[in-house]
Amino acid sequence: MSFLGKLSLDAIPFHEPILVVTMSVIAIAGLIIAGLITKYKKWGVLWRDWITSVDHKRLGVMYIFLALIMLFRGFSDAIMMRTQLALATSGAPGYLPPEHYDQIFTAHGVIMIIFMAMPFMIGLMNIILPLQIGARDVAFPFLNNLSFWFTASGAILINISLVFGEFAKTGWVAYPPLSELTFSPGVGVDYYIWALQISGLGTLLTAVNFLATVFKMRAPGMTLMKMPIFTWTCTWANILIAASFPILTAVLTMLTLDRYLDFHFFTNELGGNAMMYINLFWAWGHPEVYILVLPAFGVFSEIISTFAGKRLFGYKSMVYASGAISILGFVVWLHHFFTMGSSANVNAFFGVMTMVIAVPTGVKLFNWLFTIYRGRLRISVPVLWTLGFMVTFTVGGMTGVLLAIPGADYVLHNSLFLIAHFHNTIIGGAVFGYLAGFAFWFPKAMGFKLNEKWGKASFWCWIIGFFVAFMPLYVLGFLGMTRRLNHTNNPDWNIWLYIAAGGAVIIMFGIISQVIQLYVSFRDREALDDTTGDPWNGHTLEWATSSPPQVYNFATIPHVDDIDAWTDMKEKGQAYLDKANYSPIHMPKNTSAGVLMAASLTVFCFSMIWHIWWLAVVGLVGGIAIFIKRCYTNDVDYYIQPDEIARTEQAYNLSGAGQKSTIANENKELNA
Amino acid sequence: MLIRNLCNIALASTVLALSGCKGGILDPKGQIGIDEKNLIIIATVLMLLVVIPVIVMTLYFAWKYRDTQTHEIYAPKWAHSNKIEAAVWAVPIVIVIILGVITWESTQALDPYKPIEGKGKHLTVEVVSLNWKWLFIYPEQGIATVNELVFPANVPVEYKITSESTMNSFFIPQLGSQIYSMAGMETKLHLIANEPGTFKGFSANYSGAGFTGMKFNAIATPTQAGFDKWVSDVKANSSANNLTHANYVELAKASENNPVAYYGKVEDGLFHTIVMKYMQAHGDMNKKHNAMGEHGEMGKQHHAMDKHSAKSSHSQGEE
Amino acid sequence: MSTLSANVGSANLDSVSHDAHEHEHHDTSGDTVFGFWLYLMTDCLLFASFFATYAVLFMNTAGGVSGKDIFELDFVAVETAALLISSITFGFAMLAAQGQKKALTLTWLFVTFCLGAVFISMEIYEFHHLIVNGHGPQHSAFLTSFFSLVGLHGLHVTAGLIWMTIMMIEVAKRGLGKATITRLSCLSLFWHFLDVVWICVFTVVYLMGAM
Repeated sequence: MSFLGKLSLDAIPFHEPILVVTMSVIAIAGLIIAGLITKYKKWGVLWRDWITSVDHKRLGVMYIFLALIMLFRGFSDAIMMRTQLALATSGAPGYLPPEHYDQIFTAHGVIMIIFMAMPFMIGLMNIILPLQIGARDVAFPFLNNLSFWFTASGAILINISLVFGEFAKTGWVAYPPLSELTFSPGVGVDYYIWALQISGLGTLLTAVNFLATVFKMRAPGMTLMKMPIFTWTCTWANILIAASFPILTAVLTMLTLDRYLDFHFFTNELGGNAMMYINLFWAWGHPEVYILVLPAFGVFSEIISTFAGKRLFGYKSMVYASGAISILGFVVWLHHFFTMGSSANVNAFFGVMTMVIAVPTGVKLFNWLFTIYRGRLRISVPVLWTLGFMVTFTVGGMTGVLLAIPGADYVLHNSLFLIAHFHNTIIGGAVFGYLAGFAFWFPKAMGFKLNEKWGKASFWCWIIGFFVAFMPLYVLGFLGMTRRLNHTNNPDWNIWLYIAAGGAVIIMFGIISQVIQLYVSFRDREALDDTTGDPWNGHTLEWATSSPPQVYNFATIPHVDDIDAWTDMKEKGQAYLDKANYSPIHMPKNTSAGVLMAASLTVFCFSMIWHIWWLAVVGLVGGIAIFIKRCYTNDVDYYIQPDEIARTEQAYNLSGAGQKSTIANENKELNA
Repeated sequence: MLIRNLCNIALASTVLALSGCKGGILDPKGQIGIDEKNLIIIATVLMLLVVIPVIVMTLYFAWKYRDTQTHEIYAPKWAHSNKIEAAVWAVPIVIVIILGVITWESTQALDPYKPIEGKGKHLTVEVVSLNWKWLFIYPEQGIATVNELVFPANVPVEYKITSESTMNSFFIPQLGSQIYSMAGMETKLHLIANEPGTFKGFSANYSGAGFTGMKFNAIATPTQAGFDKWVSDVKANSSANNLTHANYVELAKASENNPVAYYGKVEDGLFHTIVMKYMQAHGDMNKKHNAMGEHGEMGKQHHAMDKHSAKSSHSQGEE
Repeated sequence: MSTLSANVGSANLDSVSHDAHEHEHHDTSGDTVFGFWLYLMTDCLLFASFFATYAVLFMNTAGGVSGKDIFELDFVAVETAALLISSITFGFAMLAAQGQKKALTLTWLFVTFCLGAVFISMEIYEFHHLIVNGHGPQHSAFLTSFFSLVGLHGLHVTAGLIWMTIMMIEVAKRGLGKATITRLSCLSLFWHFLDVVWICVFTVVYLMGAM
């Protein structure tokens, strides 16, 4: 075995013009950014205030930044696929040969689910959840930083695969035997395994962290049934993560052992059983979609009740419905493979269980409807996303129930109908939810509101683009087109493939609008400044503090008497009251242990992928050593003294004082 | 937004209805496919009963209660109503119960393993997915084809399906159901063509680089006699082409976009050998157990596990 | 690796116990133990996945040996006894720690460590014995799932031993402060958890396999 394992110059795909261009663009952009940071002397700030930060709000911002970057990457893959399929009709080969195209659709799936949707969801949860429950931080702040860097490590590994070697050509599910060494001898599947493994570990730690936070650190008076609904849905999602991600860890470990040590879990030979992989994969994979969508449901609930100026209708129903979805989400995984030849009874059972999930989901939709009913709905950007979701997701839910009928699935399975369905629920449900939450909570995280005009432009491009891109896929599914085809030769399909490509372009304009929105809002940040901390007349505790909140979140921990704790405080005239004396606040110190440990383990993963055994040992031992050292460090915290708190709070109280008293008075009047 | 979206849906469904004439799953030519199409339509209509009101209500409420409508009732504290809550749970439950019954019964009726009854004796075809082509063996006729499937219309066909290597899915959309092909296992599918014609068939499960080219024509001959003639033609014209085990190994090597090929003769029990291949290849691992019968038994066990794992999967989930 | 680092990763739950909130309204060592317990539940699911896989694959001997041919119950019984007794001795260590008896705590921890080391050594011997006799994990799906399930447990015990070493150094150097006791409590939970898992392994794999 050579010094660098399987790694050599041949691993860099110089022969692929598309990749060479991509690499050059990334390299140039990277150099420009690095140059700018150097020019403005921001490296220190970046390191001290962000990379090593254990502040949940900053980590949340970094998660969302990562999600947006990966959204661009995943969307580039999407648009390449759509153009390939629009060009490669009537027997034409298109511009992407299978060995490249197959990597693209695999990367698209992995990136969008694991490195776009998950970080986006976890980012929103990071920023908002501790604020909503009136906590100063999460239960284990260092662990939170570590989780972020594990997720980032996975994303980095996937992007390294663009430059060194290849990515998996197996589809994002990586079913064996195709993903076994016999049929995928390259490093692609190894990139897949290690990227998912390390980011999955980060996600698992996040779930443990946030569950401990929610169960142990709520503000006094906040019983479980007084928790804001977003916190509830995130909690259900975290329970799902804690219960399902270990299965992913297990199944990836087994695939690793098969590939690296010639074990026989899923091989054709020596009694391996590929069906076991498929079962385990979906025992994780199905809960995973609820992990993505439940927090989005929470976002919609918060937005609809805030902007309708009403309490959320049927709070208890919402909590129980989320719980029902979470539990049922664990007994439906077989619907992903009705066509494997299970007996009719088994298929029917899983079909019916899947449909049962439509009940709590339907209840949620009705509850949102009745929240709007007799409200005063301000049609702002977050509300547009919510309404768009309600329409889109209903369609996606319907096609989902259709696919849950085994008899229908026998002909729709793996067709473009399925692709349309899950994009309908993941884009229409999860992504719209995250974008709604992004617009809703942006002022809280950054201190200024987003430009409405560009936000609306983005929304309309997204939703129109979505329907134009995915409705044709439903049709193509009915016309018998299966997924993951590299080229087609059926004149009836062409028109639909062209329309779908057009839809992708419209979505692209939606994404561009968002970039412009960010730029314009940053430029006009003074005009859009949120001085009150409560730009939307919000209901829950995250609006009770400044935007962005101080590092300690709340100068004094509020006491909670109502689900809508902040509304309640405003109505009782307890909002914005100056506290005379503060007690010292105990805070965690920033630490570089998380990023260093993740970097070390990234080296380990990369070396494992390329069989550079000596470096793998270095990476692993290094990671563990950093970790143990961190365990033995006692210098991990500090106190913020009362006089400092008083100074900060006074400065904040002076800003936007007029608006604040207006808010306070309006609410009191309403109450009277 | 409302109008544009609804237009999209309406447009899509209209054109769907029209394009149904052109050979997808809404243009079925076999009994199984026809039943499945009807099932899709019934279920869709049932769900639209809830879906359309929800969409309409969403947009109507949003419009009616927008903030400029200050003359509308405003009830900021109204957040609970037993009547409405009961209704919002009951409506989906009723629909799901109806759908559940339909699902249960249709799943029993459309079980791919269930032979099609009342249409006389069935024809058996053994299907093997190879990288990346389809091999069809006709055990009763003693012939085999690559990437072309021929059978008489109105005769039920039993497909015994396996894979040489990766997992594929055997699918002829206009005839109905698909079933995975998996190495070391035998899955089953029963289909029938109600009328003669040429239907497109392919693999519906991605299996690697040559997957797109894994297509075949499924030809239903008008009569049994027509099929018999086709069989004797294959025997006569391709008598030199004998699918022995050695030839099979050659054929199984990865290749893409294979042309149609015919074999006038097939080694007896070839399909069985392929299913058992992963048991036999290592039979001499342990000297105690290399009797042929033993392997056969083990192969069956392996097959049975297909069903077994699905049945026991219930309990796995709870762990 | 993932198992190991999942395991190690969560061990740091205790390390940050005093990161925050110590002087706030709630008890942080309780948070830490709760967080660690949550982690153990996820670990439990990891084992459950390997158990399920073993249950599916244990008949797939591919014409090779089955459990009956390779399991030596007497040997495993001794192994099991070592681990079970180590759980009791860890209990004594915890009692001593609660009573602030440093030397006694260290003694019991050391005894526990030795028993754990005996267990691991016997497991390594068993694996080595099987591999040299041509029954390594590469030879059938049964052996694959057997080695993985038992090996996964073994890796956990090894991590536990490393952690225990660190704890002994910590107790020796820093005494039995509140943070140290919290960490010891987490390790104790971990150790008992591994014991419970081993009882399942012993029953499902060895007893049922040898019958």
